Amino acid sequence: MLRDITLGQYYQAESIIHKLDPRVKLGGTLLFIVSLFFFENYLGYVISALFLALVIKLSKVPFKFMVRGMRSILMLLLITVVFNLFLTPGTPLVSLWKLTITVEGLNLALTMAIRLVLLIIGSSIMTLTTTPNNLTDGMEKMMRPLRVFKVPVHEVAMMMSIALRFIPILLEETDKIMKAQIARGADFESGNLINRAKAMVPLLVPLFISAFRRANDLAMAMEARCYRGGDGRTKMKPLVYRKRDYLAYAVIAVYLIVSITIGRIVWF
Amino acid sequence: MSITLEHVNYIYGADTSLSVKALNDICLEIPDGQFVGVIGHTGSGKSTLMQHLNGLLKASDGHIYFNGEDIYDKNFDMKKLRSKVGLVFQYPEHQLFEMDVFSDVCFGPKNLGLEKAEVERRAKEALEQVGLPEELYFQSPFELSGGQKRRAAIAGVLAMQPEVLILDEPTAGLDPKGRDEILEQIKKLQTGSGMTILLVSHSMEDVAEYVDRIIVMNKGSVLYDDEPKEVFSHYKELEEIGLAAPQVTYIVNALHEKGLPVSTDATTIAEAARDILQALKEREKC
Repeated sequence: MLRDITLGQYYQAESIIHKLDPRVKLGGTLLFIVSLFFFENYLGYVISALFLALVIKLSKVPFKFMVRGMRSILMLLLITVVFNLFLTPGTPLVSLWKLTITVEGLNLALTMAIRLVLLIIGSSIMTLTTTPNNLTDGMEKMMRPLRVFKVPVHEVAMMMSIALRFIPILLEETDKIMKAQIARGADFESGNLINRAKAMVPLLVPLFISAFRRANDLAMAMEARCYRGGDGRTKMKPLVYRKRDYLAYAVIAVYLIVSITIGRIVWF
Repeated sequence: MSITLEHVNYIYGADTSLSVKALNDICLEIPDGQFVGVIGHTGSGKSTLMQHLNGLLKASDGHIYFNGEDIYDKNFDMKKLRSKVGLVFQYPEHQLFEMDVFSDVCFGPKNLGLEKAEVERRAKEALEQVGLPEELYFQSPFELSGGQKRRAAIAGVLAMQPEVLILDEPTAGLDPKGRDEILEQIKKLQTGSGMTILLVSHSMEDVAEYVDRIIVMNKGSVLYDDEPKEVFSHYKELEEIGLAAPQVTYIVNALHEKGLPVSTDATTIAEAARDILQALKEREKC
């Protein structure tokens, strides 16, 4: 049933990419995405794809997991391609009834598609190789300078990690309540839309109550351990850059320079 | 009229790398009207097994027969099975959702498609069976005390008038008084209406006093399946799997070892007291 939904798509493996500091992965992913928008020819994308292939190889995550992430954006990808293909004005290439494909349209559709695919695969490598907790840790540390502008960085990060932690708990709870109501003859699967929405009440009310109860318990447990926000709080495993992290930054820098230089040279 | 399990296996997460065998070749026969205690450690598969009995989980392998009908048969009416086999989950009060207790208890029978008068008659009867005071019927279930909430939730299942009632740790989190009251009421149900009852627990003390038969589960298999006194005679083996016999079993066994000719069959405090007194009297005679 609901238990089958996998969340936070972390893939457990022993690899150099897994061991990298989350800040490197966050920053690297961001820079990689930005780089995709600088290219003016296809050679830049080739270099991006090669770089990505290398990272995938190093991460030891099976390629099919990346493809799985693609499924969710397949619709978006199709719409983007179709609209760009038919609605871009320029030199006509093929005419089908009222629809015309232009050379510019074909180019635009192709670049958009490549960009989207690389973007999704690039960011899924980050989520596949970093645990959600590590990710929020990294974000907290990266956004620390924003505290100058009174942004509650620690609180936001704490909220994120609590939310992530609660997802599996609430899923389990939903499964339990659903089963309990099915045992009382509830039917969640048949009937029209209105009936189905009505059938959700016996599930949602207990779920909300349990979420509030758990939130209350958690707040009390945190206070009992003297939690009072991020000020002066130390970590058991503070994020510290190691040699491999600096090396990774260097590799990303080299990639950026090479790909953007080549990507922007007009090539005929 | 009975439930029969034939070689039931169940695997969690069957096609993933994290698959766990939760039930291993379970064969059981539960005749009508029996009061059965199901005991096992956390993760022994007892709750998983119970969810098979009303079709919430489907066995990976094996067959379950309810009154002779295979519940995995294509034409088998699962909804009917669920009305005949009532399952009270752990912490059943977490499933309460209605504005007042009475409507919540009505939820089950209403789902059976009964007429309003019949639904209300059953709800009233169920609330009486669990001994909830009448002035609470139209209060919000969330204003009740823990023990009262639990009764209301149990009534919600009873109102479907099942032939078999399964209770998964019905006394968890209750104080000793609340525990005894609930267990007494369950026993009354069984003797009064001849309902088959399966009581899941990890406390031997809880079940020893009430049940006719104990099934001990360990690591997804049935370890013992016998009368309480027979099961408790294995108290040393039970300890090895992290369970324990009732305290009286230890006392009568210790007395027996010290040379007092006391019977070691006692499973409740009352029985033990009787046996010990008798043994003492006999010794005085000599």
